[in-house]
Amino acid sequence: MLKIQNLQARVENGTQILKGIDLEVKAGEVHAIMGPNGSGKSTLCQVLGGRDGYEVTGGSVDYLGQDLFELETEERAREGLLLGFQYPVEIPGVKNIYLLKEAYNAQRKHRGEPEADTFQFLKLVREKLNTMQMDESFLHRAVNVGFSGGEKKRNEILQMLVLEPRLALLDETDSGLDIDALKVVSEGVNKLRSPDRAIVLVTHYQRLLSHIEPDFVHVLSDGRIIKSGDKTLAHELERNGYHGIIEEAA
Amino acid sequence: MSANALSQHYAEQVQHLQQSLPGSLPDWLAGRRDGAARRFADAGFPDPRMEEWKYTNVRPIATKPFGEAPVDTGVSAADVSALGFQGLDAYRMVFVNGRLRTDLSDLNGLPDGATVQGLGDAISHDPAPLEPILGTLAHDRFSSFTALNMAFMNDGALVRLARNVRLDRPVHLLMIGTAGNAASWSHPRILIHAGEGAEATVIEHYADIAGAQGFTNTVTELRAEAGAQVRHYLLQDHADGAYHVGSVFIQQRRDSRVISHNVNLGGRLVRHDLNVDLTEPGAEIVLDGLFLAGGRQHVDTHTRVHHSSPNTTSRERYRGIGQGHGRGVFKGRVLVERGAQKTDAQQHSANLLLSPNAEIDTKPELEIYADDVKCAHGATVGQLDTTSLYYLRSRGIGEQEAREMLVFAFADEVLERMDLPPVRESIEARLAARLPGGQAFETGA
Ligand SMILES: Nc1ncnc2c1ncn2[C@@H]1O[C@H](COP(=O)(O)OP(=O)(O)OP(=O)(O)O)[C@@H](O)[C@H]1O
Ligand SMILES: [Mg+2]
Repeated sequence: MLKIQNLQARVENGTQILKGIDLEVKAGEVHAIMGPNGSGKSTLCQVLGGRDGYEVTGGSVDYLGQDLFELETEERAREGLLLGFQYPVEIPGVKNIYLLKEAYNAQRKHRGEPEADTFQFLKLVREKLNTMQMDESFLHRAVNVGFSGGEKKRNEILQMLVLEPRLALLDETDSGLDIDALKVVSEGVNKLRSPDRAIVLVTHYQRLLSHIEPDFVHVLSDGRIIKSGDKTLAHELERNGYHGIIEEAA
Repeated sequence: MSANALSQHYAEQVQHLQQSLPGSLPDWLAGRRDGAARRFADAGFPDPRMEEWKYTNVRPIATKPFGEAPVDTGVSAADVSALGFQGLDAYRMVFVNGRLRTDLSDLNGLPDGATVQGLGDAISHDPAPLEPILGTLAHDRFSSFTALNMAFMNDGALVRLARNVRLDRPVHLLMIGTAGNAASWSHPRILIHAGEGAEATVIEHYADIAGAQGFTNTVTELRAEAGAQVRHYLLQDHADGAYHVGSVFIQQRRDSRVISHNVNLGGRLVRHDLNVDLTEPGAEIVLDGLFLAGGRQHVDTHTRVHHSSPNTTSRERYRGIGQGHGRGVFKGRVLVERGAQKTDAQQHSANLLLSPNAEIDTKPELEIYADDVKCAHGATVGQLDTTSLYYLRSRGIGEQEAREMLVFAFADEVLERMDLPPVRESIEARLAARLPGGQAFETGA
């Protein structure tokens, strides 16, 4: 589904952040990416999302048989690559429901399907709200404006549930969640799991991984994946931190 | 036209005017008119050396020999419904090139104590009640345009409500310019007098048949007596070649509340002055405004809020959008008099530039002579937020559409406070049509 080879990228001031990432994600898999602060996890997500301000200096990314970098940000999303932001953006004046509907219809249009009927769409959204244990009033508030940290993260997953990505890339969706919210969000993510979809979770905590069991765990450090393993790697990190692994890799 | 030829032209216009006025004017009105004509002849059009006209050069108006519009009977009921607001239930007066068309108007069912009348008609048949209001709020010396209007006005509207009368429907004044009006001007005068405790909504609406290029010079005088509540919509959606100068004067007594919605979408050269005098305690004004300056449009709004009495409140929120080579100006003056303690004045102006060639100047001006007051102001000029744009696109929304969503969101923060959904929706659609790629947005939404 996603094949990243030797991906290198730098930011506008010229600093190289990604120094050769290799990662392959197949349909049906769940991958977790862990790693110290500033190691490049969000940068990787944003480069895959197509955000301005990053320059790809080497390597390639293949997504569903296409060169990912040939696609505009919105085309990537319509092809099912969705990014859950570490810091969801507040958009004053744009109602949550409006964003959901436009995004949903953009995707349908892309697939050559007719626009959703408003009634059906609302029914769908209500069901997803229910899963995320969010009140309907959130639909009529401006996107993320005045939402608490946890509410913003729930809102990201709500969008995922409505848009049903083929590949969900979740950047620290668990940060800032209380224990109950973590359960709700995990449940939402688990609903996305299916044999023809894949999920990449960026997280700092093993806690999330006990709710959403990963098939693979990778450690990203200083712009490279320095170790990969199964879920036991996360336990090891929880116990010993990154220190040993980083030294071992050096 | 040379300056000499032009003054000759205007002298003739004045002469022509004296002959064409309805019957015999009462002395007070004849006097005010004469005075105004003389004042205009003395002062001429404002020029950019004057502080208040620094950003707006009215040369395109001042160098054209405008004259009275031909009577245009071509406008039909179909035009009226195309230019009007779908689904708006209103008392309606339609004007074509400044003249009332009773055949297109509908004032049936007005409640007792409510007068809604053509001003030409009021002047001809019953001018006495006009004396305490016509020309009393709008001074000739305010600007040459006010004087010009006083000198040349021959029609417009009078909305007068007796004590505690509540108008059940808004009054829609639809002013239509036609394509045949290229060299013509009109000087509508709108008088709104809400008696004690009265309530009304008046929509002053300028719209054109495509191709109109006339010059509309309006003056509005609005007096809200104690406890009155008035909503005043000033909607300017002229054709691209039209000129518009609008001067609004609002005077408020004790505990009255006036809400002004001022939207500027069309026109080639547009200048609005909104002057508010809060003369007694408890008076509150809300000034909401939105302007779009695109193409080669020049749109200038000046507001002046005068807190001349204690315990008065003003809330002002203006938003401007610049695109193409558009030029926008917003200048908001707040004057708090020495005795006006407990004044609560807030002004905010936010502006969005969508193109590198657009320009918007925004300038708050606070003059405060009282010490126990709450005054706040803010002014910003910026571009679309790239992070928001990226976020929307990351959800699959196309770039163009995402831009429109954000521009819309920006405008809607002002429009959403309109209490008439048919008006708000229509303005949104007209705004959308004027944004790049807007037509597609309209049909696709
Ligand atoms: N636009 C930018 N300009 C300069 N430096 C940047 C920019 N974006 C990212 N960086 C730097 O790149 C490095 C990697 O940042 P990134 O956000 O990818 O880290 P992360 O692994 O997600 O960290 P965290 O766990 O704290 O979220 C950091 O040192 C950061 O300061
Ligand atoms: Mg990060």
